[in-house]
This record gives sequence, C-alpha cells and structure tokens, in this order.
Amino acid sequence: MSDYAIALAPLIERRRVGERSNEELLEAIAAGDDAALGALYDRFGRVSYGLALRILHDRALAEDAVQEAFLAIWRSADSYRRERSKPATWILTLVHRRAVDLVRREDRRRADPIEAAPEAAGEAVPEEAELRRRRAAVQGALQQLPEEQRQTLELAYYGGYTQSELAERLGVPLGTVKSRMFTGLSRLRELIPQE
Amino acid sequence: MTRMAQPELHDLAPAYALNALDPEDRWTYERHLDTCERCRAEVALLREGAAELPYATVGPEPSPELRDRILRAAREERPARVVPLRRRWLFPATAAVAAAAAVAAIGLGLWANSLRDQTDQRVVAMSGGAGQLLISGDEASIVTCVEPAPAGKTYEAWVIAGDVPRPAGLFPGGCRTVELTTPVEGGNTVAVTLEDEGGVPAPTGDILMSANV
Repeated sequence: MSDYAIALAPLIERRRVGERSNEELLEAIAAGDDAALGALYDRFGRVSYGLALRILHDRALAEDAVQEAFLAIWRSADSYRRERSKPATWILTLVHRRAVDLVRREDRRRADPIEAAPEAAGEAVPEEAELRRRRAAVQGALQQLPEEQRQTLELAYYGGYTQSELAERLGVPLGTVKSRMFTGLSRLRELIPQE
Repeated sequence: MTRMAQPELHDLAPAYALNALDPEDRWTYERHLDTCERCRAEVALLREGAAELPYATVGPEPSPELRDRILRAAREERPARVVPLRRRWLFPATAAVAAAAAVAAIGLGLWANSLRDQTDQRVVAMSGGAGQLLISGDEASIVTCVEPAPAGKTYEAWVIAGDVPRPAGLFPGGCRTVELTTPVEGGNTVAVTLEDEGGVPAPTGDILMSANV
C-alpha cells in the first residue's frame, strides 16, 4: 500500500451511526423515495459538481450536467447492480458521461492542466476535511504516474477527448494511447485504497 | 471506425471506462460487452480507477438551489413502476426472445383482451408487433415482450403531444407491463426508443414501436 492508502483508509466511506449506506439509498430511490435522492445528492453532489465544472468550465452547464445525472439516477436506480460496481463508481460514471456528452456537444473542450482548486475558507466541517484529504490523495497518486500516462488520463477524463483525438493531438499511435490509459488506470487503482 | 476485428474490440476497455470512445465505437463496444464476460470484468476494474479521478476536482460548490431543482424535477417525473407480467406469460430469459415475440404478442393480446372485459381499458396494438398499449382514462401502460436492452442501454417510453416528446419511463426489456409516468390524452402518440442507460430528456434513437392514443 502507498502512503496515501495508509493515510486515507480510515476516512473512506465513514458514515454516522444510523445513516443508510449508498446501496440502501439507491434501493430507496428505486422505490421512489425522493428524500433518499436528496441524501445521495448530499453525499455526491459536491464531487459531481467539481467534476462537471472541471470538464465544462461553465457553472450553469456544470449544474445542468449534475441535474441530468441525478435525474438519470432517479429514473434508473433499479438498474444498479451491486455485484457489478460500487455505488460511487456507478454514480460518478453517470455524471462523467453526462458532462462529457455536453462538452462535446457544446464544443468547449480545453486542455489546460488541472489547477489546484482554491481552499474553501468556510468552517472545517468533517465532510469538508474528508473531501480535502481525498482530493490530496488522488492528486498525489496522479503525480506519481509517469508524465505521459497522467497527461493521457487527464486529457481523456477531464478534457473529454476521445482516444482517436488524443492519438492525433499527442502525435502517437492509437495503440500507445490505449496502453497509457490501461496502465494509468490500473496504477491509479493500486495507488488509491478501495472502499 | 466500423467492422473492427475482435482483438481490436478487446482493447477498447480503458477508453470505454474513461468515456473516451466516439459514439460509433461506444455503440459497437457495448454490443461486444454483451457477449464478452472478460471485457465486462475488465471495464468494471478500470472504472474503479477512473471513478477516483473526480475527487481530484473537489473545490467549488454548486449553487444551493441546485439540490431543490433536482428534487423538484424528480418529483415531477416520478419513476416508472414496472410490474412483471404473471408468470405464465414470461419467457425464459435465455430463449431467443425476438423469435418468441410473435407468439408473445398473441398471448399478450389475449391477456389484454381479458382485461378489456373487466374494465374500461382500451387496447391498441403498437406498430412493430412487440407491444400493446392499454389506456384507461389518462393513464396508459405498455404491455411488451422485447429483447433485453444491451449493456449500457435502456428502453425509454415517450408520450408525444404534437411534436413534443415527454419522457414516460424506462424499462430494461423482457416481457413486462410498463406503467407510463406521464398522463396521456386523445391525439397523443406513445412511442418507445432505445437510449443510453439512465434515459435522456428527448429521444435520440429510432422509434421501435408506437401507437396513437
């Protein structure tokens, strides 16, 4: 395990006693419980919005993408299968797909590197501290990747570029892009502790 | 890129996990995922890596109104309540459902007709032969037998008034009754398309079946 894994392990998926798990929330959402949708938004709204804004560079469009994704969760929570993916993976994949579809449609893609997000000045609530530590862990893991893997992952995931566009943009064969993506993602998974 | 060879298809997992395929490759790969157990496992694993990437972007907060907007829109929509058909009309999931659809349609027709005797329901056959539309007042249901939607896809029902389609519920396929989440009135058209998982606000796929209310 990396240093990040050790630092982060106790913080992941910490819930207050009596709180419903993400799986339980998705089950309740599938049954039409809108309070559960609100609770899921309270857990994932902030990270979803950060992701959408990073991709779309526009507050209104980012909110549209998050709204569309949460309505997609509302409509299709019954198609979530816990044996196939963790709730967080399923939810964030939906948010990412909505944001990427929107940025390609609007043709607003940019390739600027990920900027260090400004520290929020407000009260240090526990959720805030946990998100900050998690952000540091993922940013740290990205920095540990070889430069070309990090760049390829960032352009694909945050930039919304397809693998063919990346091959052209980076001037490397498509096979190279594929193997950088594969190795980068596998390595990232190893560097960051899983829930 | 069309007509990819199988070995090429197997390498699309990382780009699929990153949503970095163009629509045509995404479509081809999702068909492939239906038949490739190894690829599904690979995508699941790579997606776990990809799903860490959002946490590096945490910082700015959305406007406080976003939460209310989402919940309001969700309440207006209501989820589709999908009621499985009685067992005797179910076909084994492994059977060639498409081939059975004609037989199923006859069975469903009989079933639908038996309902008509009991209630004020009207029954309209849907174009495409795989479904019947049951109408009772402003409520409508689709009774259908279609192939299960491919991985990453869902069937989506629509109520079309004039030329404005409104989402009316999602279903995964198979034989079932789908209660529409949007009320219908005379002159509307009810239609079904195949869309990306999670559904879309306006149809993008071809109309697979439709009927006029």
